[in-house]
Amino acid sequence: MLTVNNLYCERDERVLFQNLDFSVAEGEAWQIQGSNGSGKTTLLRILCGLNDEFTGEILWRGIEQRKARQDFNREVFYLGHAPAINKALTAKENLSWYCASRGLTNTDQIKTVLNSFNLYGYEDMPCYLMSAGQQRRVSLARMLLSQAMLWMLDEPFTALDKQGVLELEVLLSEHAKTGGSIILTTHHNLQMDYPLQSIDLDALAGLVAA
Amino acid sequence: MSIIKATLRRELLIAFRSPGDIINPLMFFVIAVSLFPLGVGADQAFLSEIAPGVVWVTALLAVMLSMDSLFRADYEDGSLEQLLLSPQPLYFIILAKVSSHWLVSGLPLVILAPVFASMLALPEGGMFPLVAGLLIGTPILTLLGAVGMALTVGLSRSGLLLSVLILPLYIPVLVFGTGIVNSALNSIDISGLLALLGAMLVLALCLAPLAIIAALRISVSL
Repeated sequence: MLTVNNLYCERDERVLFQNLDFSVAEGEAWQIQGSNGSGKTTLLRILCGLNDEFTGEILWRGIEQRKARQDFNREVFYLGHAPAINKALTAKENLSWYCASRGLTNTDQIKTVLNSFNLYGYEDMPCYLMSAGQQRRVSLARMLLSQAMLWMLDEPFTALDKQGVLELEVLLSEHAKTGGSIILTTHHNLQMDYPLQSIDLDALAGLVAA
Repeated sequence: MSIIKATLRRELLIAFRSPGDIINPLMFFVIAVSLFPLGVGADQAFLSEIAPGVVWVTALLAVMLSMDSLFRADYEDGSLEQLLLSPQPLYFIILAKVSSHWLVSGLPLVILAPVFASMLALPEGGMFPLVAGLLIGTPILTLLGAVGMALTVGLSRSGLLLSVLILPLYIPVLVFGTGIVNSALNSIDISGLLALLGAMLVLALCLAPLAIIAALRISVSL
């Protein structure tokens, strides 16, 4: 589905990664590993098209990602560090705009998805009244609503309670089992009953040749 | 286009839930215009001469002041990233966003302008040209301001840079806007000037969203 050829990225005289090749197929789960500052977030942002300071090739179903942007955006879900939730709006309002922005008409699913994230009764509460964990759950609810094939998740377990972590792990392996793909970064010890492939950015780092 | 409707709804909801962002520029307009008669004296003839300029300049500054809230919150909470990753046509999303911003910041200025213009003793014949000019002119100011804001949203304390970037682009609108009122007061036909301002608006409507999208991509990739 997603193929990366010879990807290279440097920042502040440091090579974050070079000669990075991998290919994510349907039903695969990939974990990007590396210490703080090793470029995990940068790599994810490059892969989803938010950052273009790289050389190399990113192919989406055989077509260069930038040329297939509309298909790519429809099939890819990205969860960043920021919650992407407007605090003045309620969970339902945030999610219904999100659905519209993806051209989906599944607004009747919003309530069900929020319930499955333990947010029953919080649909109409402004998000500034919610705790960090609850806001994270609203962000994660987008993941199910997006109907995307490939999930790119940057530290999805942040702020979740133990129960939430377990539920998210189940969701991730279910997604992979039904043919979806996942690329994620996390420092949490994943306990998924699904094989994980990994990219170690620490091994790919180096200094810029003078 | 359900995305336009959804975006308008979202932006207007946000604006009415945090009204400070709307009221501040409006208050600036009200205060600045009302201070003029106190500062320059209550001589009716003099006031009526400077009225078009005063109303236009303060309206222009009020629009610029209001720009800061356009992309700031979305940039900070990450909504802008999600917006750029949307499979829907970004052009229309951005157009809806800027339009709703104008509805809550520009339109109130247009509505208030006659009140303050009559306070500055603008002759009746200048009222319609002033309102018509503002009605066409303020959307141009908002669209141009949005381009500047999109470029500077990633920078902290971008206020000064924003004004340096977009003030030169505002000047033609200001010149034509006040020109329309002054021409009308001198019994010169204003339809040509209004048409020119309208042409500027059409141009801005077509091109500004494209520039905004490109600028936002740069700001988000920083």
